[in-house]
Amino acid sequence: MHICKKLEIKNLHVNVEGKEILKGVNLVINTGEVHALMGPNGSGKSTLATSLFGHPNYEITQGEVLLDGEDILEMDVDERARKGMFLAFQYPSEIPGVSVVNFLRMASKARLSSNGGEGMSAREFRKILKEKVALLKMDESFLSRSLNEGFSGGEKKRMEILQMNMLQPNIAVLDETDSGLDVDALKNVSEGVNQLVGENFGALIITHYQRILNYIKPEFVHIMVDGRIANSGGLELVEKIEAEGYDWLVNSPVASAV
Amino acid sequence: MPTSEQEQLNLDEYKYGFKDPENYVFKPQKGLNTEIIRTISEMKKEPEWMLKFRLKAYDMFLKRPMPNWGGFLGDLDLANIYYYIKPAEKESRSWDDVPDDIKKTFDRLGIPEAERKFLAGVGAQYESEMVYHSIIEELEQKGVIFISSDDGLKKHPELFKKYFGTVVPIGDNKFSAINSVAWSGGSFVYVPPGVKVEMPLQAYFRLNSENSGQFERTLIIADEGSEVNYVEGCTAPTYSSDSFHSGVIEIIVKKGARVRYTTIQNWSNNVYNLVTQRALVEEDGTMEWIDANIGSKLTMKYPSCYLVGKGARGDILSLAFASKNQHQDTGGKMIHAAPHTSSTIISKSISKNGGRSSYRGQVKVHPGCKGVKSSVVCDALLMDDYSRSDTYPYIEVDEPNSSIGHEATVSKVNEEQVFYLMSRGLSEDEATGLIVKGFLEPMIKQLPMEYAIELNRLIELEMEGSIG
Ligand SMILES: Nc1ncnc2c1ncn2[C@@H]1O[C@H](COP(=O)(O)OP(=O)(O)OP(=O)(O)O)[C@@H](O)[C@H]1O
Ligand SMILES: [Mg+2]
Repeated sequence: MHICKKLEIKNLHVNVEGKEILKGVNLVINTGEVHALMGPNGSGKSTLATSLFGHPNYEITQGEVLLDGEDILEMDVDERARKGMFLAFQYPSEIPGVSVVNFLRMASKARLSSNGGEGMSAREFRKILKEKVALLKMDESFLSRSLNEGFSGGEKKRMEILQMNMLQPNIAVLDETDSGLDVDALKNVSEGVNQLVGENFGALIITHYQRILNYIKPEFVHIMVDGRIANSGGLELVEKIEAEGYDWLVNSPVASAV
Repeated sequence: MPTSEQEQLNLDEYKYGFKDPENYVFKPQKGLNTEIIRTISEMKKEPEWMLKFRLKAYDMFLKRPMPNWGGFLGDLDLANIYYYIKPAEKESRSWDDVPDDIKKTFDRLGIPEAERKFLAGVGAQYESEMVYHSIIEELEQKGVIFISSDDGLKKHPELFKKYFGTVVPIGDNKFSAINSVAWSGGSFVYVPPGVKVEMPLQAYFRLNSENSGQFERTLIIADEGSEVNYVEGCTAPTYSSDSFHSGVIEIIVKKGARVRYTTIQNWSNNVYNLVTQRALVEEDGTMEWIDANIGSKLTMKYPSCYLVGKGARGDILSLAFASKNQHQDTGGKMIHAAPHTSSTIISKSISKNGGRSSYRGQVKVHPGCKGVKSSVVCDALLMDDYSRSDTYPYIEVDEPNSSIGHEATVSKVNEEQVFYLMSRGLSEDEATGLIVKGFLEPMIKQLPMEYAIELNRLIELEMEGSIG
């Protein structure tokens, strides 16, 4: 299994449907670090997340994204994943007719086979899967259901974290995984993330709320406004935003009205 | 059937495209005329009535126009086809007696192996003749008949004559007429009252020479309260010019009997596959057609059920996969000619690389047939912008007291789904393949396991290299 250590985003500009959404983002995430990314609706957080993974609708017009010094913008989406990157989607897709367990088996084979690593036996896979399901306090019946089909909002988010736990990425971007979770679910999901936090895991946690950060402690907090990182700091930034909102960061009142 | 991963990796695009050297007992000149018809009949040592039947059919064939609906038939040159090719002196009951070349072919197709593993009986047709037919002894002792139709005509003349041509009349359509002229091979199946054949009977059809025609004729009679499950598979080598397959399948489902007929059609992409399949279903009988069309250049095939007894039931599961230069024009027909009959048609089609699939279906309820229920669901999946899918449903209901439903959906493989799956490390081919499998899953899970595996494997092959 390939282990990566550092994701560098340099002056990233991204157009969507011909409109510039990201206007020069700079950010470095090392394994062992947890970063939080906050910012007003429509400021470009999901665009950043999705661009990092190579969605075909997102056109990179300038800048670089390096994974351990290697340009990933040329890589196919799946190659990035096999190198150890993971995106927990804000709106995960539904895949009718494909069971969670079969899908996870395929995905984990793909991940383990990167760099010609050893596969996992079916029995070993099942055992690990059951452990992770228990950890996230999920019902095993989810495993035989179609992937995300008919899942509630919160169930979909848990499923994202289950996948992350199975695939053991090194750099993960969690796009509003906390939104729509009830109190208990938030706790379980946070535990799922904290399981991974350590020297081989770095994360960018996109959120609107302080509450997930009570469970997962970021060392770095960044605020995105209008396609740029407008401010970076520590946890104190989160408190300021809870108290004052984003107005103090936004120069133009038009931009904040998005 | 070979399923190991190793073998799958080495497969060419069309795995069954190999051809054997020709070593035939009889191969006439191309085309159809009364002289050839007489020769075929003579070689088969048929009774007089069958020769008359063939000649009458020839008349009808000449009179009937080519269908101008369905697929494009303008390139089908009926004069450039060998109508009868006799590959071997006789039909064998043991693989050891099948000529070596031919036996090798069936070995490569995995037929004898499947026979040992999970089949109650196997028939194998090579070009125009059945070269092998065998059924397990236990069933034979119960009176189950499973032989070639040619043998059926010889050994059970009364039974054969009583039903032959009754479900699909000679002149039903241009292609059933050709079949009635040139028919050879196919299976004759009779299941006595109350006998349940648990494991499937399988027939395998192989075309080998270029421009050959195959016109098998299958007749299945399931007597009262009996059950049987019949499966056919087909392959051919790929040639630059076209071959032609036009079978006729007639099934009689007696009171309370149940027949399931499964086709896994995987002809090479130069075969015109124009088949007439029809079942007559009597009181409380059940007919299930499972029709998977993956190969061929053009398939026009609409399995049908004539529900003629009270409480009779018909089900069709139709699966079509149309790729480059392929047109699958498939669907089904349900004719409700008795009260309280019910039917379902479920059709799933996939079109990719410019392929075209059309659903064509008919549901008809005769006046006075109260309490009829019918539901038709067709879902089409398009893999790209230049493939095509159409739906042609014909519904004629002449009885107000009936409940008829029809739903159709067309969807395109969704970019977000592909991105989502790829973001988990699956290649683009794997991602689209998984979406396709998911689309077909509700249908595949209804198949017996061996066929589900086989079908999944064929679909994987079709999906390979589909992008970029
Ligand atoms: N496919 C698209 N077509 C048009 N505009 C788009 C598209 N995707 C994103 N945008 C626009 O890009 C801007 C940034 O969107 P993005 O989803 O990145 O915001 P966000 O910061 O994640 O917001 P939220 O907090 O609401 O999730 C928005 O104005 C959005 O409307
Ligand atoms: Mg967002």
